[in-house]
Amino acid sequence: MELFMVFARIGAFTFGGGYAMLPLIEKEIVEKRKWASRDEILDYFAIGQCTPGIIAVNTATFIGYKRKGIIGSLFSTFGIVTPSFIIILIIASFIKHFQDYAIVQHAFGGIRIAVAALIVHTIIKLWKQSIKDWSAIVLFIISFLAITFFNLSPVIMIILGGIAGAYKNTRKKADEK
Amino acid sequence: MIYLLIYYEFFKIGLFAIGGGLATIPFIQDLAQRYNWISIEELIDMIAISESTPGPIGINIATYTGYKISGVFGSLAATLGIITPSIIIILLIAHFYMKFSEEPIVRAGLTGIRPAVIGLIAVAAFEVIKIALFNIEKFYETKVLLDIFNFKAIVLFSLLLFFIQKYKKHPILYIAASAVIGILIKY
Repeated sequence: MELFMVFARIGAFTFGGGYAMLPLIEKEIVEKRKWASRDEILDYFAIGQCTPGIIAVNTATFIGYKRKGIIGSLFSTFGIVTPSFIIILIIASFIKHFQDYAIVQHAFGGIRIAVAALIVHTIIKLWKQSIKDWSAIVLFIISFLAITFFNLSPVIMIILGGIAGAYKNTRKKADEK
Repeated sequence: MIYLLIYYEFFKIGLFAIGGGLATIPFIQDLAQRYNWISIEELIDMIAISESTPGPIGINIATYTGYKISGVFGSLAATLGIITPSIIIILLIAHFYMKFSEEPIVRAGLTGIRPAVIGLIAVAAFEVIKIALFNIEKFYETKVLLDIFNFKAIVLFSLLLFFIQKYKKHPILYIAASAVIGILIKY
């Protein structure tokens, strides 16, 4: 039940989908409850990105499973879905042109800025945690540039990252021998 | 049974849309064309609403489409349909992840994947920043270089970043406060 509530809260305040929920996961799951480490969250996102389905749902299912097995994953998934579901039903049934209201647009102008600041803050934290050497910095830069400017599929980037990590490690071992 | 059909169609979307919410849009477009359930104009409206309401975009789109097709139960069928494949696939993967994440080769691979994922997140941040802090369209209109910057937004962004680093309050607080500021200052 706690899983349901935590993910419902995350679902209710994620604006913009996928990575916008990261700051909330960071706060609720990593810092407050210590259900997973920052590195694990990154792994879940990598998996969520490469597997079919919605990344937010994939991540919620994963964390739920880790906490309390299959039942846990069901509760956390329904948790993250429920607020969306209710809000959309209300909007779909009552409001014709929701996004035409000036007040809604101004509020979202503000929210977007908060989301931007929160994500930047989260990236700084993740950077401190997972980027420890030059090869990691290079991978980060390649990933950012390749996707922004060359429209490389994130799935391919993640696979390349995995190969690079494995390769570097085997070479390090060979050097030690 | 319309509900079973909706469930089946959204199950397929959940199974084949790789890369999250926005990846579902081409599939929904395809649905719109095959069944006459919704028009393209409705679809465009739906995307706008799904992006500006809380929650995962894919879930929002599924709920909305399902409702348009056949009311509350339609939206229930669509939402359950789109999440079922995720749950099954992730449960399988989660099971193996717990087993193998301590293996040396998997660990090494993950050390490479993590920086790549942070890169992906940086891309997402960059996209939000581009929309929130800059007026690129206005620059194209006026050709005045200073018009690129949305100064009001940049000031709020800097203040927020400062407060977030310093006080570590709950993200919900910053989101709510910015919504209010947005209404007051009219971003």
